[in-house]
Amino acid sequence: MQVFRAHVLVCGGTGCTSSNSGAIIQEFERRIKENCLDNEVKVVQTGCFGLCARGPIVVIYPEGAMYTMVKVEDVKEIVEEHLVKGRIVKRLLISTEEEDKDLARSHENIDFFKKQFRIALRNCGIIDPENIDEYIAYDGYKALGKVLTEMTPDEVIDVVTRSGLRGRGGAGFPTGRKWAFARASVADQKYVCCNADEGDPGAFMDRSVLEGDPHSILEAMAIAGYAIGANQGYIYVRAEYPIAVRRLQIAINQAREYGLLGKNIFGTGFDFDIELRLGAGAFVCGEETALMTSIEGKRGEPRTRPPFPAVKGLFGKPTILNNVETYANIPVIILKGPEWFASIGTERSKGTKVFAVGGKINNTGLVEVPMGTTLREVVYDIGGGIPNGKKFKAAQTGGPSGGCIPAQHLDTPIEYDTLTQLGSMMGSGGLIVMDEDTCMVDIAKFFLEFTVDESCGKCPPCRIGTRRMLEILEKITSGKGEEGDIEKLEILAKNIKAAALCGLGQTAPNPVLSTLRYFRDEYEAHVKDKRCPAGVCKAMLRYVVQADLCKSCGICARNCPVNCISGQKGVPYEIDQDKCIKCGTCKEKCPFKAILLQA
Amino acid sequence: MKSLAELEKIRQEALERMSPRSDKERMRVVVGMATCGIAAGARPVMQAFLDELKKRNINDVKVAMTGCIGVCKLEPIVEVVDSDGTKVTYVKMTPDKAARVVAEHIVNGRVVADYTIGAAEI
Repeated sequence: MQVFRAHVLVCGGTGCTSSNSGAIIQEFERRIKENCLDNEVKVVQTGCFGLCARGPIVVIYPEGAMYTMVKVEDVKEIVEEHLVKGRIVKRLLISTEEEDKDLARSHENIDFFKKQFRIALRNCGIIDPENIDEYIAYDGYKALGKVLTEMTPDEVIDVVTRSGLRGRGGAGFPTGRKWAFARASVADQKYVCCNADEGDPGAFMDRSVLEGDPHSILEAMAIAGYAIGANQGYIYVRAEYPIAVRRLQIAINQAREYGLLGKNIFGTGFDFDIELRLGAGAFVCGEETALMTSIEGKRGEPRTRPPFPAVKGLFGKPTILNNVETYANIPVIILKGPEWFASIGTERSKGTKVFAVGGKINNTGLVEVPMGTTLREVVYDIGGGIPNGKKFKAAQTGGPSGGCIPAQHLDTPIEYDTLTQLGSMMGSGGLIVMDEDTCMVDIAKFFLEFTVDESCGKCPPCRIGTRRMLEILEKITSGKGEEGDIEKLEILAKNIKAAALCGLGQTAPNPVLSTLRYFRDEYEAHVKDKRCPAGVCKAMLRYVVQADLCKSCGICARNCPVNCISGQKGVPYEIDQDKCIKCGTCKEKCPFKAILLQA
Repeated sequence: MKSLAELEKIRQEALERMSPRSDKERMRVVVGMATCGIAAGARPVMQAFLDELKKRNINDVKVAMTGCIGVCKLEPIVEVVDSDGTKVTYVKMTPDKAARVVAEHIVNGRVVADYTIGAAEI
């Protein structure tokens, strides 16, 4: 058996792949062979390390040196200096505050990694997701073995219940209870489904688990199947994740080859197999009943509940549907015990949560923190704060179903119940950070545009109601808001929440309600003063020539695409606001910085 | 796969192959690999360490490299560092000497005094 002295781990998640990490891998292999090191050094493609803002990421063991923003041109130097001579390439090394004499594993000292507690992401960035042996090396399939040979289905459900695990897809329903309902249902066939649709814009937690550690999901689904009495599973994965789809299929094939999926697993008589089903671009198919309808081959539309899927779901049979991240926690809970899991987090929110941190933040990427970590810690200690010295304004959680949390609540511990109390929700984990240059009305409009587009159209409150709300927001942001518009928004929101058929409609008004709660003054400025305080809503911005700075050079007028600037020598130039299309060319071209953008 | 024992066997073999990535490090062998080291023949010495460790199935000892230690005329130089940081510096190493260091120092904990820098004539 060949043992290599050094491993070069290169991130193969979607983010780094789109930054050419595939070419970096090939270059490493070429240069390593060129230097006759191919019997000593192994190149391994792994999943997402999480620090996406600094990708492509390469980690070289045994030293544990993490190189960031690696380019194909850098590979030659890394091979010649680090792999041949053992000299760490300092200029590419992730920066640390301390002057570490032993640069080994310096990335573990950075707050971004130090403050995380990786359970769902435990193997991402560490193993090769396309190699089942590497998953097995780190206790993979050991939990399944334990469950099938030492535990009864009721014991499994008891362990999951006592761990306090709640659904990570957004609603936070206790996982053990859902499995118990399905177990109690009597039928000739039951199903285990995995929601890998991940429709929230900006969310990629599930994608990273699927790309970086697909076997953890397969193992968890088999455990769930044993617990509820099912022997068929479906993973519904969105087609927009081609790398995840490929890695899942490879993982399923490898698991089948090893007899870890299929008939008579571990010789215990338990059968379980998994198939993939691809989505086709509909956000509503992330809703559980719409998802199952889609698997059945019909148009993805939700239905009323009861009956709940645990009683009557896919093909009319008892079905459990859990999110990818929920499943990722299961094998660890089985191996380390429910008490261990329950010791992490808070009273009513156990364990950790993965967040996809984006927007106006320095360390964009994926982080996993214990429940109860404050928003301030995530934004500043782990996220590295707001770029360009701007001030924090709000953080949006829960995507189009959630709300924003303003600066006065930065010290809120992140857990299911506190976020709901503040008018937001945990959601699947998307966390968009906004600074002082963000217009909250514009944000509400952005999310509502999304939900209106994605509404399946089955129920009038959502089909018609959200569209009416969007029309009012469009009026307001184009400077045509009227007295009473804000009140209309509130009435519509209340009614849609109460009457819509599914979660999409019921939560679509949340971004509006939440921004109204904390930033009502911005809405009022738009409506009453026809002013956008953040300077975003173009219709209400004006480019104005500062008379005292204008030198009448005429450059702005000559460059204006609609010829709306007039003036002559000795007199300050003026912009005709009615004709101005707000392109900004005049401001850009003025050599004296005499043109300002005013709210 | 018909049994948990089979799974365990795969696990052990895979863990060995992945040993460079683990935190576990009972000892570390650091081979001087600067220009002076390479010119003096450090690469065959490193290869000899790798081969001997593999032969004996030892996977909690990492082999790394470093730059010029300073006493170029005593290259190839190999430092053996244990988990509490105690360092033994072996000088004028050869592939044959490497095998003896593995057998006596790494496996049995007995420093090979003859090969150390203290014993060398500077």
